[in-house]
Amino acid sequence: MKFNRRDFIKTGGMVMIGSLAAPSFLGGCTGSAADKAAGISFAQNHFGVSEQDLKKVLAAALEKGGDYADLFFEHTYRNNIGLQDGAVNRAASNIDFGMGVRVLSGDQTGYAYVETITLDEMLKAARTAARIANAGKTTAAVNLTEIPVTNNYYTVQTAWDEIAVKEKMPYLQKLNDKVFALDKRVNKVSASLGDSTSHILFCNSEGQMYYDYRPMVTLSAVCIMEENGKIENSYAARSYRMGAEFLTDEVIETLAKEAIEKTSILFQAIKPKGGEMPVVMGAGGSGILLHEAIGHAFEADFNRKNTSIFADQLNKKICNENITVVDDGTIPFNRGSVNIDDEGIEGQKTYIVKDGVLTSYLHDRLSAKHYGIPSTGNGRRESFRMMPIPRMRATYMEAGNVTEEEMISTVKKGIYASNFTNGQVQIGAGDFTFFVKDGYLIENGKLTQPIKDINIIGNGPKALADITMVGNNYKMDNGTWTCGKDGQSCPVTCGMPSALVSKLTVGGES
Amino acid sequence: MITNENKKLAQWAMDFALKNGCQDARVSLYSGSNSSLEVRNMKIDRLQQATECSLVIQLYVDGRFGSFSTNRIDRKELESFIKNGVDSTRYLAEDTARTLPDASLYYKGGQPDLELYDPKAENVNPDDKVSLAMGTCEEIMGKDERIISAEASYSDDTEFKYMITSNGFEGESSASSFSLVSSVSIKGDGEARPSSYWYDSALFYDTLIKKGLGTKALERVIRKLGQKKVASGKYTMIVDNMNSARLLSPIMGALYGSAIQQKNSFLIDKLDQKIVSDKLFITDTPHIKRASGARYFDGEGVATKQMPVIEGGVLKTYFIDTYSANKMATPQTISGPSIINLQMGDKDTDGLIAATKKGILITGFNGGNSNSTTGDFSYGVEGFLIENGKLTQPISEMNITGNMLTLWSNLLEIGNDPRPSSSWKVPSLAFESVDFSGL
Repeated sequence: MKFNRRDFIKTGGMVMIGSLAAPSFLGGCTGSAADKAAGISFAQNHFGVSEQDLKKVLAAALEKGGDYADLFFEHTYRNNIGLQDGAVNRAASNIDFGMGVRVLSGDQTGYAYVETITLDEMLKAARTAARIANAGKTTAAVNLTEIPVTNNYYTVQTAWDEIAVKEKMPYLQKLNDKVFALDKRVNKVSASLGDSTSHILFCNSEGQMYYDYRPMVTLSAVCIMEENGKIENSYAARSYRMGAEFLTDEVIETLAKEAIEKTSILFQAIKPKGGEMPVVMGAGGSGILLHEAIGHAFEADFNRKNTSIFADQLNKKICNENITVVDDGTIPFNRGSVNIDDEGIEGQKTYIVKDGVLTSYLHDRLSAKHYGIPSTGNGRRESFRMMPIPRMRATYMEAGNVTEEEMISTVKKGIYASNFTNGQVQIGAGDFTFFVKDGYLIENGKLTQPIKDINIIGNGPKALADITMVGNNYKMDNGTWTCGKDGQSCPVTCGMPSALVSKLTVGGES
Repeated sequence: MITNENKKLAQWAMDFALKNGCQDARVSLYSGSNSSLEVRNMKIDRLQQATECSLVIQLYVDGRFGSFSTNRIDRKELESFIKNGVDSTRYLAEDTARTLPDASLYYKGGQPDLELYDPKAENVNPDDKVSLAMGTCEEIMGKDERIISAEASYSDDTEFKYMITSNGFEGESSASSFSLVSSVSIKGDGEARPSSYWYDSALFYDTLIKKGLGTKALERVIRKLGQKKVASGKYTMIVDNMNSARLLSPIMGALYGSAIQQKNSFLIDKLDQKIVSDKLFITDTPHIKRASGARYFDGEGVATKQMPVIEGGVLKTYFIDTYSANKMATPQTISGPSIINLQMGDKDTDGLIAATKKGILITGFNGGNSNSTTGDFSYGVEGFLIENGKLTQPISEMNITGNMLTLWSNLLEIGNDPRPSSSWKVPSLAFESVDFSGL
C-alpha cells in the first residue's frame, strides 16, 4: 500500500533498481493488442467515462474558482518473473487503476484521487481538490479536443499482453545458464524480467485531451561469485520503453557478459586512499554526475521557490564552453522518453546547458507560468496518486573532442570511475554524491589498480566548472535508473562521454 | 476500516482460488486513507486527500508460487484475475520450498489490543490542520533576514490490514499516523541556499509535538552556515539519533534468510559468534503498546515474540521466513524485526560530544552505499568538527569509508536518546577510528 507521505528533505537522487531487490509483478487482465493504436474513444471506453462526464468533473474541479484543472486516468498492469537457484520459480503481477484530479489556483495545488471511476466518485474528488481555490469566480465550460500523438517514441511491435509467461521464461533461463557458463566462480544468479503497460487518458480545463500507451521493460541479473572464501556481487540491467521485441539472444548475451565482468573485477579491487583528486568519469553511467550535480538543481520548482543553488544563474556561463547538456524526452524507446508529459505538454528535447551557458530550467506548467514561458514538457508523476512536478527524462552531455586516453594521460594521481549504483544531491547547498561500484586508480597517466565501493562527493556548480575535458565517446546508459523526489519514483536515464573533473572528494582509507 | 464486506470478499477470493486449481492461498486486503496539507511562506501550497483499497493474493499451485495484487476490487474482475494468476503460476518451475508456514507457528489471537490506531485520524478538523501547519511556518517567518523559504506540512494516514490463509490463519491490524514537518532554506555563502528540517510523527494525534518544530528547523539550518571540509584522517565519530539507524541497517539487512540463502550477506555462518563490540546488545521487542512497529504477527502470519538479536556482540538470531527455512533446512524464526531496541548508555548526543577530545559529529548522510556481501561502506556526510568536547566548525562534502564489522567493533559508546516515534530505537552512537575523506 502506498501513501503519499512527502519527503521534506530537499534532496533528490537516483538508484539503479536492478542492483536492489526488484519489484515483483505478473500476467493477466489487459485490453486487446489493437488498443495501442487506438485513441481517445478507446480510452474513454476503457475507463468507462464519456466526454460529458469529463466536462462535468472539470467543471466541479473549478467551481471554487481555480485557474486550471486536469484529470489523469491510469490503468497500469505490471508483470514480473524471477529466477533464483537456477529456475524461474516466481511470478507476480499487479494491476493499478484510478484517476487523479488536480486544481491549480495561482501557484497553489489541490489534489485528490479515486480508485473507483464513477461519476459520483470523480465529482467528490474534484470537489476535494477544488478547495485549494477561494476566488468565487466562475469558469466557462470547455470543449475537449484530442491532441494526437504525432511523434510516438515507443511504438510497440509485440504488446506484453500478447505473450505468455512460458514464452518469457526461456530468456531468464538462458541468462542464468550463460552467466554460469562464463565463469566457474559464479555461485548464485538472481535474474528478473519485468514489464509494464500503462493506458493514460488526460484532459484539462484548457480543452486538451490525449491518450498515451506506455510500455516498459526491465531485465536484470545479479551475479554472486566466490573465490577463496571471498564473496562479491554485482549486476547488469537494461530498461526500455519497448514491447516484447526487446527479448533477444543478443541482449541476454550482453547482460551475461557484463554481469561477469562487473563482478569478477571486484576480486582484484581495493579501496583507494581517500581525499581530493582528479576523477575521470567513464562514458555512459557517469551521466549520474549530471543528474545529481546539476539536473535536480535545474528542476524549475526549486528555482521558482529560489531554493536551488542555480536559482540566479539562468543565461550565465557556468562551465567550460565545450560543455552542452541536454534533457531529452524524445529518444526512441528510451526509459525516460515521454510522447506527452503527464500534464498534456508534448515530449521535447531541452538544452539545459549550451556551450557552457545555463540556457533552460526544466519546467512543468506551474513553473512555466511563473517564468512566463512555455513548459519544457518535464511535468511527470509516478502515478494517478501523485501530482505532476518537474522531473528529468534522459539527461546527457553531448560529445566533445578529446579521446579518453588523452584525458587519462593528463592525470598523475586520480580515479577512473566506471560503474555506479546510486547518487544523491542537496538541491540548495549543492553537495552531491555518487557511489562508484567499480573503477580504477590512475597513476602517472595510466589506469592501474581496480577499485570498488567508494562514495564520491562534490558541490554541483563547482564540479561543473571543474570539468576541464570532454571526451568524443558519448554513450547513453540504458540501465534501470529510477529517480526519487518528493516521495515519487520516476523512470529516467543518463548518458555522458568520458569527462575529466579536476577535483572531487573521493572516499577511502586514510 | 476493514468491514465485514471486505472480510467476505477476502474469504470468497480464497475459496475461488482453491476451487480453481490452488492447493493453498494467502489473501491480504488493505485499506486506508491519507490527507496532507503543505504551507509555504504562510500560504497553503498543496492540499491532498484520498482513500485506497487493494487486495493481494498469493497462490500455491502444484508446488509453484505466484503473487498477484490489484486495486480493482470487483468480484467479476477478480475472477479472471485469479484464474489468470493460477494459469501463469502453473508455467513456472516447481519450487517445493514454497509453502505456507506450519499452522502451529501462527499468531492465534487473544492478546490485548496494541493500540496503534487513533480514530481521530479520520476526522481531524481541516481548520486545525491548517493552523498546525501555519503555526509551524510562523515560527520561522521573519526570524532571520537570510530566510528564503519556510515550509510546513501536516499529514495523517490510516492503514487497515486483514489477512487469511488456507491453513487457518486469520488476523487483522489497524494503525494511524500523524506527522508535522518543518523545513527552511536560507541564503548561505555565495550561491548556496542551505536547508534543514525538523519533524515529529506519532500514532496518536494528542501526542504529536505541535510546537517548536519550526524554531528547531531554523536553528538547525543556521548552525550549518560556514560548512567546509576538514583534513582527511581517522576521527572519533558521533552520529546523532536522527541518523544512527542508517549505520545499523546494513547489519540488520545481512541477517535476512533470503540474503543468507543467496550468499548475499557478510554475516553467513556467524550464529553464536562474536561479530561486533561486546558493548552491543540488540533486542527485538514486538509487543510494546502504542509503539510504531508493534505487531503480533509478521507478513506470513507467524507469531512475533521478544528475542535477542545481538548479545554482547554475539549474533543470536537470523530472520528466517518459511521459504528460507525450507530452502536451507534450518529452523524458522521471523521474517524480520519489528521494534529494535539497543541497550543504552547514560549520555545523550551532547554528553557524547562533551566526552570527545577530537572527533566529528554526523548530523546528516548524503548518498553512499554498503556492499551487501562484504560490508564495505562509503557514505557522504555533513556535521561538525568536535574539539575538546565542543562543536567548533560545521563540516560538509566529506566521506566516511570502512567496513561495517570493523566499524561496529570500534563502537565506543551508546547514547540514551532514541527518537520515540521511530520503530528502530537507535540512540546517538560513538565510534572510534573512522576514516574520513576531506581535504
